Amino acid sequence: MNTTTTTTRVPEPVPAKLDRLLFGDNQFFGINHRSEEKAREQAMRFQNVDAIMDVIDDAYASGIRTLMCTTHDRISEVAERVRAQPERYDGFAFFPCMPYAHKYADAVTESGILGALGRFMPDEGALNAMMRGGRSLAKKDIEGIITLLVDAEMAGFTGVRSPVIWLQNVVVDLLLGLGFSDAFAIFANHVRSKYSAQPGFITMNLPMLLDHLDRAGIENPLVCSNINKIGFRMSGGVEAYQDALEKRPFRAVAMSVFASGAIPPREAIEWIFAQPGIESLVFGASSRNHIESTVGLVREFER
Amino acid sequence: MIRVGVVGLGKMGLSHLSMIRAHPEVTVDAVVDSASYILGVLSKYTGLKVFTDFEKMLDSVELDAVLIATPTRFHAAMVRTALDHGVHVFCEKPLTLTSAESAELAELASSRGLVTQVGYHNRFVGTFLEAKRLLDASAIGRVTHIKAESYGPVVLKAKGSTWRSKRTEGGGCLYDYAAHPLDLATWFVGDATAVAGTILGSVFSENTEDEVYSTLYFADGVSGQLSVNWSDEAYRKMTTRMSIFGTQGKIIADRQEIQVYLRNTAPAIDGYQQGWTIKSTTELTPEVWFYLRGEEYSAQLDYFVHRIDEPSLDSTNDFASAARTDRIIELLTQDAAGGPRLSSPATVAAATAPTRRRSLLGRRS
Repeated sequence: MNTTTTTTRVPEPVPAKLDRLLFGDNQFFGINHRSEEKAREQAMRFQNVDAIMDVIDDAYASGIRTLMCTTHDRISEVAERVRAQPERYDGFAFFPCMPYAHKYADAVTESGILGALGRFMPDEGALNAMMRGGRSLAKKDIEGIITLLVDAEMAGFTGVRSPVIWLQNVVVDLLLGLGFSDAFAIFANHVRSKYSAQPGFITMNLPMLLDHLDRAGIENPLVCSNINKIGFRMSGGVEAYQDALEKRPFRAVAMSVFASGAIPPREAIEWIFAQPGIESLVFGASSRNHIESTVGLVREFER
Repeated sequence: MIRVGVVGLGKMGLSHLSMIRAHPEVTVDAVVDSASYILGVLSKYTGLKVFTDFEKMLDSVELDAVLIATPTRFHAAMVRTALDHGVHVFCEKPLTLTSAESAELAELASSRGLVTQVGYHNRFVGTFLEAKRLLDASAIGRVTHIKAESYGPVVLKAKGSTWRSKRTEGGGCLYDYAAHPLDLATWFVGDATAVAGTILGSVFSENTEDEVYSTLYFADGVSGQLSVNWSDEAYRKMTTRMSIFGTQGKIIADRQEIQVYLRNTAPAIDGYQQGWTIKSTTELTPEVWFYLRGEEYSAQLDYFVHRIDEPSLDSTNDFASAARTDRIIELLTQDAAGGPRLSSPATVAAATAPTRRRSLLGRRS
């Protein structure tokens, strides 16, 4: 089904282990998989960056050092604050997830696929970028476009640590279904060579993605997917996920551990720690209480 | 294995292609688009067989079914060609730009024994399926009213350069957005018999509408209100909410959750109590084989594939059903063109030319 990759691979440095707990940012942007009303409340509360920073400060105080985040404009403001106070935020890192899909989807509706691409070229040397983009298309070579788009998305993170860069699930899964595995290798190589960062892939289809990452020649990949006791958005089924966790060489990051609140926290975390091979958990919270109780549960089961 | 061709590789077409190619019982044997840069990329990187000509594809590749996701104005001719070639058809919504044509295509497909389906994916959303199940069980008694709403941030400025910004090509808030809540309303309470007071308003667009408001009439005295706006930036993405009022309670459903209020006189329904019961998508949504952008998109394609093997399955979203939705869209367009009933001559200028009216002081308002 797929052509084999012809891209030269950059040798992978020994990857640093991720923190056990990563802090997510869905709650800041009115994303809630269970309730439209709750989502709107959160969108109202967090339209001001100060409100976001307060929660991030609580997370930092609880020992959390990583924000796994979108490339939303407001996150650039968060990055700016972290950059401005390096001592206050010692050891803090961003794990950007890109692209910010809705931005592109709406642009495609408005301007078509080519028009949308044209709108998201990086600021630095825009003309040069457009020319590179145009030539890439003429050559039917997607590599230039992917790297340009990554660079545009990374613009907000200059001067802060971003040791992991994720390809967001709508794009990963679109490419996965299309059978476009080469794009994964292009992304991985660019992230390693230009940003000295570890490439990661977010997916709703973990077992299938692992096959394709294998084919793309990406060894021991960092993959983030829903992993939860009730099997919420775990395409392929809980058992296939458990089988993959046990047998396949990859580094698992679990998200949607509480299935948007459908599983009681203790039960959810206990189940996660009973699974083999989960390196890290990403969770979102809007209150100090919730952050501290999640951190507490993880410390308890970690022992 | 079902052999499928995908026609039209825009936003919907690409995502359909991705989902259907991942389906374990399907092979995608060809794709068609007019844009050579997309075809070039797909052919080089995914090994798909690509065509720029639809008929050529049908003539040279043996297919069981096609997925059509071209701009709406091309649907009628392409669907007809596909049916003439004896292949099953999944077509994006709305089916065509005239209900007569949609009904005729439904007739044609039925006479040839071909499976048809239209992409009204909301009928595969767990919460809306649950609402339908409750209504079929008369959980809220006799339905008196339905409120159908959709809001989202599609058009936020005047400039738009694709077919979606032109009504003549099937663009606009009515075809693109309002079609969804309308289709859900007819699924829940039956075909609309009349419409009134329709407003197709522009917020930003020059060649189509951005807002649709109307009153709907259904059989058995059920009334409805439609409220749709695709120029609402306060929503992160399209949000559809259906509120159904009955003699024994009410149902409010969106994609995330269903909120049900049952009076103490309501019939007992398993899993529901008197007063409020709230169920969320996490408990109502069955797992799909492949997830791209919502279980419902995968589920509708899976259903189409299964109907090809088992034509006896319920024909939800078939062409006949979509033709009825197209008919309501047509009624709304005609009703809006008729304009409002006027109370006195003094309001004529204001009512017929709202964008150019002047206040008493002579300033443009």
